[in-house]
Amino acid sequence: MDVLKFLLIIGTGLFFIGAFGFLTRRNILTMLIAVELMLNGAALNLLAFNRYLWPDRLDGLFLALFIIAIAAAEAAVFIAIVLRLYRNMRTVDVERVSELKQ
Amino acid sequence: MVKPDWIGYALGAGALAAGLLAVTSRRILRAAIYLLFSLLALAGLYFWMQLEFMAAVQIIIYVGGIVVLILFSIFLTHQTDELLPLAGTVQRFGAALVVLSGGIGIFWLLRAVPPSRPDAAAPSVHEIGKALLSIEDTGMALPFEAITLLLLAAMVGCIVLALKDRTTPS
Repeated sequence: MDVLKFLLIIGTGLFFIGAFGFLTRRNILTMLIAVELMLNGAALNLLAFNRYLWPDRLDGLFLALFIIAIAAAEAAVFIAIVLRLYRNMRTVDVERVSELKQ
Repeated sequence: MVKPDWIGYALGAGALAAGLLAVTSRRILRAAIYLLFSLLALAGLYFWMQLEFMAAVQIIIYVGGIVVLILFSIFLTHQTDELLPLAGTVQRFGAALVVLSGGIGIFWLLRAVPPSRPDAAAPSVHEIGKALLSIEDTGMALPFEAITLLLLAAMVGCIVLALKDRTTPS
C-alpha cells in the first residue's frame, strides 16, 4: 500500500469514528470528544496530501496548524458553555436541555 | 511510491482503535483517556511522517491543553462512577448506516488518489517559521495575526461566560 493512501485511510477512519460518536452520544462532553476525533482526521488528511504530493508548498501544513488552533479556541468556549449549562440546569445531557423549545 | 513500514501501521491502527474505544466506552473518564491515547498515536504518526513541528504542536495543544480541559470539566460536572446511558437501538443503527455508507463512498473515491512522490522531502522547522511570518504571496502573516485575534476573543468570551453572576445573589 502507498503511504499516502494509508494515511488517507487512517484519516477517513478517524473522521467516521468521530461522526458515529457524535450521532450516538447524548452527553455533551463525549460529543466534544467525538468532534475532536473528526477534526484530527481532517488535519491528518491535509498533512498527508501536503507532505507526499506537494512537498515544495506548505499550505496544507498551515491549514492543519490553523485547524488545531481553532480547535483549541472552540474547546475552550465549549467548556465554558458546559460549565454555565451545568450551573443553570444541573445536567449535561443534551436531551434534557430543551428549555428553549417551550 | 513509498511504502509505510510496521511502525506506521502500528501507530495508525493504535489511533483508530483508541478512537473507536473513545466513542464507545460507557465510562466518561475512560472515553477521555482513550481520546488521549488516540491523539498521542496521531502525534507519533506525525513524527513518523517527519513533521516534527506538527507533532510537537499536537502534543502541546491537544494532549496538554484540550484533553486536560475535558478532564477538568468531567471532574466538575460528573459522578465518574456512573455508566453513560446507551443510545436507542434505532439511533445506533441509523448512525452506523450513515457512517458505513459514507465511509464506503470515501474508500471508493480513494482509488483515484495519485501515488506519493518518492522525492518528497519533509519541510524543516526553519522553513515553517519563515513562511509563517512572511508577508510575500505564499506567506502566512495575515492568517497568523487573525488567529491570534481569534484566540484572544475566545479567551475573553470564555471568561465572560464562566463568570459568576454578581447581580443574582446565590
